[in-house]
Amino acid sequence: MSLDTPRLASGFRVAVGPVRTRVLVRPLAVGGFAIVVLAIVGVVTLMHGTLRIPAGEVVDAVFGNGEDRVVRTVRGRRLPRFLTGVLVGGGLGAAGAVFQSVSRNALGSPDIIGLTAGASAAAVTQVVVFDGDRVAVALSALVGGVGTALAVYLLARRDGTSGGERFVLVGIGIGAMCTAVINLMVVRAEIETAVNAQTWLAGSLLARDWTHVQMLAAASVVLLPVLVVLGRRLTMMEMGDDLAAGLGVNVERVRFATIVLGVLLTGAAVAATGPIAFVALAAPQIAGRLSNRSGVRLVNSWIIGAVLLAAADLASEAVDLGLRMPVGTLTALLGGVYLMWLLGRKA
Amino acid sequence: MTIDRIETPLSLRADDVTLGYTGDPVVEHLDFVVPQGEFTVIIGPNGCGKSTLLRGLGRTLDPQAGQVLLDDKPLRKYPAKEAARRIAMLPQTPVTPQALTVADLVARGRFPHQTLLRQWTVDDDRAVEQALTEVGMLDHAQRFVDELSGGQRQRVWIALTLAQGTPIVLLDEPTTFLDIAHQIDVLDLCSRLHRRGYTLVAVLHDLHLAARYATQVVAMRRGRIVAAGHPGEVITAELVREVYDLDAIVIPDPETGRPLVIPRDRREPST
Repeated sequence: MSLDTPRLASGFRVAVGPVRTRVLVRPLAVGGFAIVVLAIVGVVTLMHGTLRIPAGEVVDAVFGNGEDRVVRTVRGRRLPRFLTGVLVGGGLGAAGAVFQSVSRNALGSPDIIGLTAGASAAAVTQVVVFDGDRVAVALSALVGGVGTALAVYLLARRDGTSGGERFVLVGIGIGAMCTAVINLMVVRAEIETAVNAQTWLAGSLLARDWTHVQMLAAASVVLLPVLVVLGRRLTMMEMGDDLAAGLGVNVERVRFATIVLGVLLTGAAVAATGPIAFVALAAPQIAGRLSNRSGVRLVNSWIIGAVLLAAADLASEAVDLGLRMPVGTLTALLGGVYLMWLLGRKA
Repeated sequence: MTIDRIETPLSLRADDVTLGYTGDPVVEHLDFVVPQGEFTVIIGPNGCGKSTLLRGLGRTLDPQAGQVLLDDKPLRKYPAKEAARRIAMLPQTPVTPQALTVADLVARGRFPHQTLLRQWTVDDDRAVEQALTEVGMLDHAQRFVDELSGGQRQRVWIALTLAQGTPIVLLDEPTTFLDIAHQIDVLDLCSRLHRRGYTLVAVLHDLHLAARYATQVVAMRRGRIVAAGHPGEVITAELVREVYDLDAIVIPDPETGRPLVIPRDRREPST
């Protein structure tokens, strides 16, 4: 391995085996820092609960050592919940980075462009009309997300291209329709079913177990590497479709592929926890601002998305407001404030 | 010092191409051979299809019919990156990224030479340095692109296309939005590149500058090529009337001897 600085371009030139690449210092530092924060949030989350466990024992318990009761609590309940939060938050963060890049708009995140609403509408329909079980609801959410994305992509398509503002506008329209479907379903449902549907719609990490972690991990392992490879092309596309095409990027193909991957990540996340607002919207923006550099930062968006959701879940548990607030409600609250700030800043 | 590029001249031509967007095609059944080693300027009124033709040649627009041939092989048959190592294209309005240094922007021009494993090599470093030297922006390498003046920014975009290391460079209205001094600046640069062996094709609006800088002029109207050749032969009063519906007198430019188009004054004489 060798390391030196390029003459003019930023960062460090790195040679490892057959790999020759350039590593940028600041984004790397941001990612590293976020991982440390994530680890701290993780330990605190695992300590917290009806049974308070000291930090040292928590770390032991993660690896299966220590008192039986402690190990059961940590590995059986708290760890899967934390990991579900990490994988959902990360997936949403990375998906947000994709959609914001494709739409060239800070509002282009799956919760704004209707994907979350589409997935939710399908899931609620499953709950209300078909009385489906957990797996059926999750699958419906996934299918709903993909279907909505396809509709948005096709309706936003004009002259063979589909990026930019149209994507956001069409998405907002479709999202509104899906929200109407959700409301209709909740209104016409029996009171008990309606409560079930509402609980799901609030978005929660309560009682998430290893099956959720496995499903999300499988999705992440398959989808993320492909997305990271395509990330460089998305960066080129931010300079305009024509310029990217001139540089040898198959613009429309890359756009379609990244949208599909982003939708699947979103769908998997919504399937596991119900709709979670704010994370996909904010994570890529925070990653971009901290990195202080243009370009699509998929890995950092993932890590920061994971931090955001894990921290929000910790806060929703730790801060006692006299009611147990589901994490999705908390992030929606934060998202509203953030959105107002974003719009106010632009005006 | 030159950027490593494919030195043998490549032949690029449009063979019976029809190009357009939704609706009626802008260019229909057009044949055009890019003159090798020349600085060709395409002129014509708004909407005549000059940018559309350039986009077709630059692979950013696929022909609806006919083919664009690069060394007698259809351009579409080339893998995207392989084509991008042969033809570079600067579109009319690229989006300037925020918070990116000049060197890092030009570095993006190396994309077609990079693979998953070889994302950045010493060759890329050298190409960035040479491209910036070529456009005279080496001293500004560490500045942010969004802080530059319009003329400097345009030179940086040209450096990005040069960093691609292609023998053919296509420029779509590279002087639009620039003041006259910066226009001259950019076209001087183009002239220099032409002398260094690049095949250049540019779309320009300014007839005077086209006549002054081009070694070959192509005049288009309504999707057809009306005339092509040396500017001294092509740019005449008749052609200006035919192409632009404009009465003009054409005199030799006192500075270069190239044609200088002076539109007739159509207003009522004032007292």
